[in-house]
Amino acid sequence: MSASILRVERLRVSYDHPLGSVRAVDDVSFSLRPHERFGLAGESGSGKSTMALAILRLIRPPGRIDGGEVWLEDQKLSSLSDDAMRALRLAGIALVPQGSMNALNPVLRIRAQIADALGDHGMSLTQRDLTARVHDLLGQVGLPPAVAEMYPHELSGGMKQRACIAIAICLRPKVIIADEPTSALDVVVQRQVMVTLARVQQALGAAVVLVGHDMGLMAQFVDRLGVMYAGRLVEIAPIGEIITSPRHPYTQMLIATLPSLERKGMMQGIPGLAPLLRDLPPGCAFHPRCPKAAEICRAERPVLRNLGDQQVACHFA
Amino acid sequence: MADDTIPLVELRHATKTYGRIAALEDFSLAIESGRPAITAIVGESGSGKTTLARMLLGLVAPTSGQVLYQGRDLHALSGTERRAFRRDIQAIFQDPYGVYNPFYRVDHVLTTPVARFRLASTRAEARNLIEDALRAVGLRPEEILGRYPHQLSGGQRQRVMVARALLLRPHLIVADEPVSMVDASLRATILGSLRQLNQERGISIIYITHDLATAYQVADNIIVLYRASVAEAGDVELVVRAPKHPYTQLLITSVPQVSPERMWLDEQRGGQRAETAHNGCKFAARCPVAMPVCQQSVPPLFRIDSRRVVACHHYAAPGDVQPEAMASVFAGE
Repeated sequence: MSASILRVERLRVSYDHPLGSVRAVDDVSFSLRPHERFGLAGESGSGKSTMALAILRLIRPPGRIDGGEVWLEDQKLSSLSDDAMRALRLAGIALVPQGSMNALNPVLRIRAQIADALGDHGMSLTQRDLTARVHDLLGQVGLPPAVAEMYPHELSGGMKQRACIAIAICLRPKVIIADEPTSALDVVVQRQVMVTLARVQQALGAAVVLVGHDMGLMAQFVDRLGVMYAGRLVEIAPIGEIITSPRHPYTQMLIATLPSLERKGMMQGIPGLAPLLRDLPPGCAFHPRCPKAAEICRAERPVLRNLGDQQVACHFA
Repeated sequence: MADDTIPLVELRHATKTYGRIAALEDFSLAIESGRPAITAIVGESGSGKTTLARMLLGLVAPTSGQVLYQGRDLHALSGTERRAFRRDIQAIFQDPYGVYNPFYRVDHVLTTPVARFRLASTRAEARNLIEDALRAVGLRPEEILGRYPHQLSGGQRQRVMVARALLLRPHLIVADEPVSMVDASLRATILGSLRQLNQERGISIIYITHDLATAYQVADNIIVLYRASVAEAGDVELVVRAPKHPYTQLLITSVPQVSPERMWLDEQRGGQRAETAHNGCKFAARCPVAMPVCQQSVPPLFRIDSRRVVACHHYAAPGDVQPEAMASVFAGE
């Protein structure tokens, strides 16, 4: 196994709440190899977006990281000063945010927003060099140079998301975190944006963390997938294994929720609701919804165990 | 009960323009009460899906053409007829958050229509009606009534909206992206409720979505819209499993599938949106198989088999179909 580029070790994030604090990310560990595309999947409230923000140390009060470490190569992020962390964002780890509609500044042209990002990281370019750089970045994401002089409202949803990718890659980060980058887009545009992301990732040699709930998108895009439930990872495996032989009952059901274009009547819901984080069931948090649940599942919380190249947190895997 | 030979609702050559932009162009569709079906309307943003929904609901008037309710133009309805129309055709919208007033208990959205349309004469009767409607969509009344909207999940809130529509015993439900803001795990349940209402209560459903896969799972018929016009329409099995229009084909290959075969990221053709000559096929500029004729004339709807029409010059056949014949295409007549 090659050295990892990003390592998340036993990370914990809590939100303080008058009724007691709530753990949104609980003891999550995984690592990314260079060039790897890693997916984090789960329902809303599973902690996957919190996870993405925690890696970037962007959790704001009442939330806080209350345990664990994130390493970017040999740099321990918790030991960095706020300024150093600020410099590392974008340059080391960049975020392609969810809902690019609101991520861009509505009153600045795209060129100025890219210039801002570069300037913030100490790159002062002449106007001529800046123009060349902006056009080059736009070209990498398949946008014409004219987009540089446009405002966000003049762009379509897909173009805005590409502009966000252009900003994310402007300092050649080692890791790109994409949080549901295409959730608001049509399928045709979604595919174009993901093709673009895959292409720039390869050109950069960066690793990608894709956060989302669409198992179809995961199946087509990532190399390995982590499935989150109620703030914990319940399964990590190469994507091929997840699709052909998912081990955790929750992963199996998540795949079954996806409507097929091939056969009718294959679409199933997951019975019950995701649990409230401040009132988690004892034992395995999934047991109230699990068809295989037994006495041990109510009593004892399963830990992630290695099964070949899969890791599964289930008593029956 | 209405006469079965007169469509419940009908759009006839309906066009809606905003300034110089056409949101929907020369669209015809008849919803027949005698044949309750689920019809999916599929298309990308800006294809005219929502304009179509709003027209069927009487919320938007066509710039030209007509919207008819039981054979009468919506404009010409009397007050009583208009009330009947408002009751007969119910809407479910995309956002299961925005439709609730956060200061009222959930009960409010259920008791209001009961009172407004005098569906019950006593409180007990009203309560029974409401509880029955909630059970019909798979909710337990004791878990719903008395709660505030924020105490329910998105899926529960959306199912309450389906229950509300059901209370009025409509003949048609227009559901505009009802599951696009709901978790995948709940989508199947909500769409299952719609299917059940169609089969068990004979309610016609217009299911508007950008998601082809759920359209395929839930609908009998499908209409694929591209920039305000019909690209392909007919039996869902034919259109989705063997699409003919290059746009339908592009849509279907764009859906990422849970499959160990990974072809999805390979570069595709026909993806870029582009402007088209005014008098040609709207899809020509993006079309991988465009011919010279596609730049010059607008393709009419060709009926290429008994249950499908396609607006594409590649399928040119003698005798094109008038848009108003769509109902007979869905019926396979």
